[in-house]
Amino acid sequence: MIDNAKLVEQIKAIATRIEAEKDFLTQLDNEIADGDHGINLARGFNAAVDKLPTVEGKDFGTILKTTGMTLVSTVGGSAGPLYGTAFMKAGVALKDKTEIDAADFVKAVEAAIGGIQMRGKAVEGEKTMLDALIPAHKAMAAAVEAGDDLKTALEKAIKAAHEGIEFTKTIKATKGRASYIGDRSIGHQDPGATSITYVMEAIHSTL
Amino acid sequence: MVGIVVVSHSQRLAEGAVELAKMMAHEAKIAPAGGLEDGSAGTSFEKISAAVEEVYSDDGVAILMDMGSAVMTAEMVIEAMDDKKIIMLDGPVVEGTIVASLEAMMGTPLEELQSKVEESRYTKKLEG
Repeated sequence: MIDNAKLVEQIKAIATRIEAEKDFLTQLDNEIADGDHGINLARGFNAAVDKLPTVEGKDFGTILKTTGMTLVSTVGGSAGPLYGTAFMKAGVALKDKTEIDAADFVKAVEAAIGGIQMRGKAVEGEKTMLDALIPAHKAMAAAVEAGDDLKTALEKAIKAAHEGIEFTKTIKATKGRASYIGDRSIGHQDPGATSITYVMEAIHSTL
Repeated sequence: MVGIVVVSHSQRLAEGAVELAKMMAHEAKIAPAGGLEDGSAGTSFEKISAAVEEVYSDDGVAILMDMGSAVMTAEMVIEAMDDKKIIMLDGPVVEGTIVASLEAMMGTPLEELQSKVEESRYTKKLEG
């Protein structure tokens, strides 16, 4: 079980991890696009942490939606609408809950993926965050189905996400700014797939 | 009169597109929404929302945008203002802004602006 206090801790852990990785994420983004991913995302999650005192003690839906809206307002690049929509949709899936179990977590991730696909009009295999997140969701759903606890399921998800990052090196970008350089994007790992994996690792570190 | 909003990652590009359009469409209601609050590159939900408010009337607002997050953020602004008549126009930012502004000034309704902007995509600049 995760309660709403743990969720607050997880959002802080995400912000700390993204802040620590921001130069690396920006460097990855610089290789194939406009080089703002790390800086933008760190600004967004730090702003989300600043908003947490206004929602502490509230239900998952409120905390996640507030975080999503803050990301939309402060990130400034594509990660804003994409991460923002992901958190908002996860919030809708967990509305009114003050604690969740592993199956709820899987459902929230599924809703987040739906949100990202709706907003970004992307599918798997286009060198985006989805190439880490969709395999991660599949691995976690199977693990929870088989009776694993959330921590173990998330470990399996993170392993799948890392394989997803490796996969992004082998394909060319057909979505987002990186698609403008076409074949020259091959060989580079996707910054979005990388950052979403850090998000999962940060959540895992709190369990 | 339909209001026009220009969304770009670059504050100066958005302002420049408005400047160009105003040369011909003096009376059009056009607002730039480029860059982040501090003027650095990016797209801002707040800036776009404020620009829409600035030029909004019952005739609606048409948004022109460059790429990526400009499109997604404009889309989120429209969803957040779901009681208002706002559309995104798919077309080149500079030429599209000029065409949309001129049409708006001449009283073309929101629903017809898209096809006018669409035509600007195929306007040839070189004889070939």
